[in-house]
Amino acid sequence: MTDRFRQRAAASLAGLALTLAAAAAASAETAADGRRSGFDFMSRETQGMQRDDSANPGMLWVRDGEALWSRKAGPAERACADCHGDAKTSMRGVAARYPAFSEEAGRPINLEQRINECRSERQGARLLPHESQEMLGLSAYIAHQSRGLPIAPPEDERLTPFRDKGRAFYEARQGQLNLSCALCHDDNAGRRLAGAPIPQGHPTGYPLYRLEWQGLGSLQRRLRNCIVGMRAEAFAYGAPEYVDLELYLATRAAGMTVETPAVRP
Amino acid sequence: MAGALINVPKEIKRGETFEIKTLVRHPMETGYRRGPSGEAIARDIINRFACTYDGEEIFRAELFPAVAANPFIAFSTVATQSGELAFTWTDDAGHSQTETVKITVA
Repeated sequence: MTDRFRQRAAASLAGLALTLAAAAAASAETAADGRRSGFDFMSRETQGMQRDDSANPGMLWVRDGEALWSRKAGPAERACADCHGDAKTSMRGVAARYPAFSEEAGRPINLEQRINECRSERQGARLLPHESQEMLGLSAYIAHQSRGLPIAPPEDERLTPFRDKGRAFYEARQGQLNLSCALCHDDNAGRRLAGAPIPQGHPTGYPLYRLEWQGLGSLQRRLRNCIVGMRAEAFAYGAPEYVDLELYLATRAAGMTVETPAVRP
Repeated sequence: MAGALINVPKEIKRGETFEIKTLVRHPMETGYRRGPSGEAIARDIINRFACTYDGEEIFRAELFPAVAANPFIAFSTVATQSGELAFTWTDDAGHSQTETVKITVA
């Protein structure tokens, strides 16, 4: 073997190693089990919009929520911050665990319902309506504290029957089009529906800024969207059926990273 | 109208070109939509945006319908001295919002 040949061989081996490393890095972005966030299905421009906090419109609501967090409410004249302190530490990882079981309700509740539970029980304040700017602000601010953490649904035996109900709802055909959630988001995820990619339906970044909505919206708004799209009758906001489904979706997405506030097309 | 996100680099060198990114909350109502009972919803969009650097106007934009809600505007300027950037958005309803940011030029 000449020296020159040896050099060339070494160089091409190094090149191969680089290619392999690049391939490994690319596949590390998608989980080993093939689960992918809706983020991966977006255009580079929309991804950039989500990544840059000064270009992500969801941050406007996060800032609103930050102000609401320390604003006193109700006859108790108490703010969230008076009990919970600095949300940056006290709320870290909290949204990643919701929906969770509530003793008061005797069933799982989602983050929005938990906020309202606090408002009625501790603050004596009026309940925040679903999709109101205040509710979106507070829930975005709280969920934002979990950004970067894995979704971690609680291991609570009491949740099991509700999770099963959520799963049954996810798999059941419904509506005039006779579709189920699973039919699109399990069987046909990654393919296209009327030109738009079908994501796997993981709730990683709610509440999120949807370009189509030109505003922030909760997971339930998105679920209603899909249900109406299947030409089925949508439940009212806060319906237990949604919370059960949210619970199942959280379990399905367990371990995936929280992105709140996400941006989606 | 309430709330704006403004992003300028933390450290800027004199003579250097730097990027200013702004995002403001506004519904940008087109004027082409109708309300639940069929009445026309009046147009209400931000029609003017201006930025001054120590009182001197360095960037101005006129906006028209078909700009999405919460418009994002990014532009560049040359750093001459430490000072204040003032941003003003004005909409059809006559509301205007001004935000200021101090910049340090080394």
